[in-house]
Amino acid sequence: MAPPQQRRERPGDPPRSAVRTLGHDRGQIEALCETIIAQMLAHGLSETATFAFRLAWEEAVSNAIHHGNRDRPDGVIEVAHLVNDAGASVRITDQGDGFDPTAVVDPTLDENLECPTGRGLLLMRAYMTRVEFEPPGNTVRLIYERPPSSR
Amino acid sequence: MTAQQSRLRIRKQDQITIVEFVDRNILDEANIAQIGEEIGALVNDDPNPKLLISFANVDHLSSAALGALITINSRIKSKDGQLRLADINSQIIEVFHITRLDRLFQIHPGTREALASFA
Repeated sequence: MAPPQQRRERPGDPPRSAVRTLGHDRGQIEALCETIIAQMLAHGLSETATFAFRLAWEEAVSNAIHHGNRDRPDGVIEVAHLVNDAGASVRITDQGDGFDPTAVVDPTLDENLECPTGRGLLLMRAYMTRVEFEPPGNTVRLIYERPPSSR
Repeated sequence: MTAQQSRLRIRKQDQITIVEFVDRNILDEANIAQIGEEIGALVNDDPNPKLLISFANVDHLSSAALGALITINSRIKSKDGQLRLADINSQIIEVFHITRLDRLFQIHPGTREALASFA
């Protein structure tokens, strides 16, 4: 399986030292999530912020593993993160061909409420300040910015 | 091979099955699948299921957990049964609200209120 495609760094990208390659391993995934949350708390971000991050992280990683990597046992995802006083950001890249995030059906419509899947993107967007997809759609960036009232 | 440890605490009260979660975080999809199977078995074994799922002590859940709840709800509806959810903290209630699943499920503040609502 091809490694995640290389891309040029953009301003504000997490430093390369924060880039990690994770397998589809629950232990690795949880450990990195806890590391990021600990950093958020150390920078004075609230429990509300860490709740939001944990939820968005779970949804993004799940999408990368299931949809991007199609649950292949040898699949990997590339994760970079940055936490500072302004907030937290994480970039997740899978090995898939990408997708069109504008084509995802609205799970809140009455006719879709009883569908058991399709809420990950909704929750990511609800809880993060910004959710950005990089073409072809196999990289997502989750950005949580500390609210002005808490600075 | 050892039997999988149950992810649920189950008790019966007045023909109503009350389920609580062992885990504080319902995020791991393998665990969620197991939870779905365990609750599914409870529903399958009951000709007229009355199920109360308590989220006491649950701090986090993912959309996969919501999906499992939807599947359980559909199964119970197909048997003309009843499902109630209770003891959901404010942060998780907000998840139900954002996803509009508070319109799909009957959610009560506490177990006592939920038990009283069963027909």
